[in-house]
Amino acid sequence: ELRSELCPRQFPARRAAAVAVALLRYRRGGPARALRLRELRRARTEDIKDVGHKYYLELELEDVLDKDSTVNCTAEVLYHLGNQNIAPDVQFTLEGELKSTEEADHVFYTRIRSLEKELVAENIPDSHGHVPPELEPIHLLAWVASGYLVWQNSTENTEFQLAQVKHVKQVRRRDKYLQFDFVVLLHEMVSQ
Amino acid sequence: MWALLVLIGAASVSAHLQDLSFDGQKVFRVIPQNDDQVEILNSLASIMQIDFWQPDSVTLVRPKMQVDFRVGAENSLQVEDLLKESGVEYQVLIDDLQAALDAQFDSQARAAGHSYEKYNNWDTIAAWTADIAAQNPDLVSRSVIGETYEGRPMYLLKLGKSSPNKKAIFMDCGFHAREWISPAFCQWFVKEAVETYGKDTVMTTLLDKLDFYVLPVVNIDGYIYTWTNDRMWRKTRSKNANSSCYGTDPNRNFNAGWCTAGASKSPCSATYCGSAPESEKETKALADFIREHLSTIKAYLTIHSYSQLLLFPYSYTYALPSDYQELNSIASAASKELASLYKTKYTYGPGAKTIYPAAGGSDDWAYDQGVKYSFTFELRDTGRYGFLLPESQIKPTCEETVLAVKYIANYVLEHLY
Repeated sequence: ELRSELCPRQFPARRAAAVAVALLRYRRGGPARALRLRELRRARTEDIKDVGHKYYLELELEDVLDKDSTVNCTAEVLYHLGNQNIAPDVQFTLEGELKSTEEADHVFYTRIRSLEKELVAENIPDSHGHVPPELEPIHLLAWVASGYLVWQNSTENTEFQLAQVKHVKQVRRRDKYLQFDFVVLLHEMVSQ
Repeated sequence: MWALLVLIGAASVSAHLQDLSFDGQKVFRVIPQNDDQVEILNSLASIMQIDFWQPDSVTLVRPKMQVDFRVGAENSLQVEDLLKESGVEYQVLIDDLQAALDAQFDSQARAAGHSYEKYNNWDTIAAWTADIAAQNPDLVSRSVIGETYEGRPMYLLKLGKSSPNKKAIFMDCGFHAREWISPAFCQWFVKEAVETYGKDTVMTTLLDKLDFYVLPVVNIDGYIYTWTNDRMWRKTRSKNANSSCYGTDPNRNFNAGWCTAGASKSPCSATYCGSAPESEKETKALADFIREHLSTIKAYLTIHSYSQLLLFPYSYTYALPSDYQELNSIASAASKELASLYKTKYTYGPGAKTIYPAAGGSDDWAYDQGVKYSFTFELRDTGRYGFLLPESQIKPTCEETVLAVKYIANYVLEHLY
């Protein structure tokens, strides 16, 4: 068991943090909540024989929609040895509560339900970085969904980001759920 | 009152309202309250040339109607006096028509719709390079350092007050096609230089004592491709032998540990290192220029996006450069300068450890050539928009980055070698 302190400035720690935040986004994000890493406070790594590399992280997160509110988080990320097809194990604990987005979520829900035709859009943001305000919640939902994709596909040698929503199509449903099919572009930083 | 009108009529020279210049011409807005006041406007129109903007003609003027009209410069004082004397309610809508026209052109910018706060396509940037040099001949000159694969001229701007034996800083933008904020920064920097020369002490000293070579877009073919075909394109657009895939990663194409780490030998890869170092016309042109001016170039800055990083050598190896301590403290201070404006957090450090090992980079190559102060900027943001940084962020991104570049330039000036 070999634990060593990592420099939070440097990449192995930052990549592990990105994976933890990706899963967090998937689990806790929504059309009105976009969590991202404000600062990586501390990082330690542990080499677990025959298992893999484990990272212990102390994170400070912020909501892009409300930069004044931050929340602390501790996370553990375990990259499995050998088999690159298994997603890393990620555990996290948030300190304190996240601000409720019930009202904004409800506004979004009612707005989509009231559309006459199913929502269809593409290139979010567009080439110039513009997102029409009414599509911002869809953009954030894509960010939530891409959190899952990032987590599932991450290794110690990757750093994924959502680059663009190429296409989104609302799927008609008979029940009260909203369903969107996304085609997203992911940017992998290390292999570019 | 009638007599006054006659006097004015006699005194006024028929102003040719068709003249090309509108210097000093005024536009009045009048609201005649009754038939008498309507009559006054009628008389005015009969003794001097008045161009009615609304209504189209004086014959359509009625009481209580808003009437706008243009008068020549030499008549405007008399018209104003007359309106005052007759108690006709009026306001001066446009005080100097020529000034108003000039202002409109400025805000739309002269060269084919160029804007410092928007992303400009290549034709617009090319025209701007000619324009900015022509408008500022004492400070800016333009040259061509080579041609791209598709045959386009690579424009280089030289900034600085002409004087013998000056050392220089070389800065390039647009290595990677999709990093649009990068060329936007180079354009902004040039604008800052010409606009604040003589006003900002630091900039004035920098331009007096140093030259800046600014290459606004290195990878022009790629940049155009992101406008016409694929917004996410990264590489050049050269054809690869025996492959249907195009392009080489220009920042893997320099002779610095070439193709040993973080680069691919596959032409289809986004980090394809090319068939050989400087296989690309663009990288060769850049390298040739730096080699030819090696004795004068004391710093090399290359601007990329995204991630908010300030990197220095090495990227092709984890080994630290001999100037590590100095480069690290410059990077630290420059990052602090940058953050001072909008609290934008940058991470700094040697390339390999901070971001990833990557061989064939221009910054490493320049450093190994002897250009001690060699830095790579990765501008905003950290992934929310990534390459698709909104235009509304161009100004703040550029403003904060200028602070860091000026810091580094000033440091270089104080530590010339």
